[in-house]
Amino acid sequence: MLAPLTAHELGARYRSGVATPTEAVTEYLARIEGLDRHVHAFLTVTRDDALREAALADARFKAGTPRGPLDGVPVALKDVFCTRGVRTTCGSRILDDFVPPYDATVVTRLRAAGAVLLGKLNMDEFAMGSSTEHSAFFTTRNPWDLARVPGGSSGGAAAVVAADLAALSLGTDTGGSIRQPAAFCGVLGMKPTYGRVSRYGLIAFASSLDQVGPLAKDVEDAALMLEAIAGADPMDSTAVDVPVPDYRAALGQGIEGMRIGVPAEYFMDGMDPEVERAVREAIASLEKLGARTEPVSLPHTGYGLAAYYVIAPAEASSNLARYDGVKYGLRAAGARDLIDMYSKTRAAGFGNEVKRRVMLGTYVLSAGYHDAYYGQAQKVRTLVRRDFEQAFARVDLLVAPTTPGVAFKLGEKEDPLQMYLNDIFTIPVNLAGLPGVSIPGGFTQAGLPIGLQLIGRAFDEATLLRAAHAYQQATAWHTRKPPLDGATAERAPR
Amino acid sequence: MKISARDVEHVARLARLDLSAAEKERMGRELDGILTYIDKLRALDTTGVEPTSHAVPVTNVMRDDVPSPSLPQAETLANAPDRQGDLFRVPKIIED
Repeated sequence: MLAPLTAHELGARYRSGVATPTEAVTEYLARIEGLDRHVHAFLTVTRDDALREAALADARFKAGTPRGPLDGVPVALKDVFCTRGVRTTCGSRILDDFVPPYDATVVTRLRAAGAVLLGKLNMDEFAMGSSTEHSAFFTTRNPWDLARVPGGSSGGAAAVVAADLAALSLGTDTGGSIRQPAAFCGVLGMKPTYGRVSRYGLIAFASSLDQVGPLAKDVEDAALMLEAIAGADPMDSTAVDVPVPDYRAALGQGIEGMRIGVPAEYFMDGMDPEVERAVREAIASLEKLGARTEPVSLPHTGYGLAAYYVIAPAEASSNLARYDGVKYGLRAAGARDLIDMYSKTRAAGFGNEVKRRVMLGTYVLSAGYHDAYYGQAQKVRTLVRRDFEQAFARVDLLVAPTTPGVAFKLGEKEDPLQMYLNDIFTIPVNLAGLPGVSIPGGFTQAGLPIGLQLIGRAFDEATLLRAAHAYQQATAWHTRKPPLDGATAERAPR
Repeated sequence: MKISARDVEHVARLARLDLSAAEKERMGRELDGILTYIDKLRALDTTGVEPTSHAVPVTNVMRDDVPSPSLPQAETLANAPDRQGDLFRVPKIIED
């Protein structure tokens, strides 16, 4: 069995000649065939391309010229990244038949590293949601309990890593869309610093918040993936030109003497007591590993969600203006004139959550409301950012829960605001542009994963990964696998 | 109510969304709940606070002006819902 291995373990087998990329890809494709009818993570499986790329990787290993640690590693990507010649839907009917003419920069970099694309993954439409229930196509299931959501919007990406349907994955995180599903599915999910990874070819949601990052089985794999995709890009002027360190080199240095802050506002009334207990235990583990923890305060945390639900919809309403039925995507029939064609196309092509956010964003930017909502939210964003700056004057990183609760049942959160409240601990990190990672930090009595969130200084992903690695060495949560291969899968309803 | 039926109508027109009557009714209710929640922002005194539009400060990023190939016309037009020759075709814009 190769599918349960991490990417770095798989790479070691390729190099020692005991396994080939074609063997791994073949095994993954068979697993997808057998299990994805229960998990529903893939929107598109690129079987033929994957086998062809794997054969090329085989040849490179045979010739002794592999491209690096990701050569021949089977990956699957959230369907938000443009892939040349491969249908890219962003979870929306409006892009149902869209075939991009170019690759996103992260896709170009993964291809150059030799990674093999298995397919494209389900997500909430335009990355707006926390459960994949807003996908226009179907809802992905949580591999730990098929009656529950995998989280979102990168729900497919978290589910495939948890279910061993890909070795590594990429998602995007605008308000928690990598970290929250990682927490719900018991895998690692990292949102790098805003500007660390190019957004070129990523279908835009909220451009000042969107960031690309890995979903992985362990810290080493996340380090490999981040190193492969990070760095400046002439196609994205917001991808900052700062050196990309050798992230794996920082692992294993331990956290002796590291100062870790525990933000009081991230332990609130009404959160799941099992989540709180697990995070408190994780903090004790970090102390045992030599870290010095201290309480810190991020007093504007409670305003982050409100500021986000002005800023993100405002940016989205502007970004999504491009879906007009002219250059690509759906066009509704029977329009009287151009404006009518726009309005009918967008009404037919967008789902409820997207319409809601486009309406909200248009409203807060409209004449008479701009200063009261958008202007005020941008000022509150400054206050949220300053909270973190003050905390990081005293500590090296912060530790907190990723979410107030664990994976919820399908259909459980019908009210939009209840769904939004899921992201209350992840959103401030996006507003401040900081790096954050969710790692497996325990399980509930019922066997559902709990996410532990680490938050770092801007462009200091190395410290985050180092602390995550130390915790991973001392715990075994990340090695647990969901009970998918047994009877659970057979009982799964469609 | 923070948002009236007329507001919903107006915003839907600005956003180019042809919503049904039932959608407008539900949208009004849901937006009202969200806007009520968002209203907590007004409680904060932000006098003298600079707005943040981007978390990581980026000033002008300059590069040399080197010509390079663009997407070929055929690939650019390949996803067009309607076209005429090498052009995107759209419904009538100017009134008769």
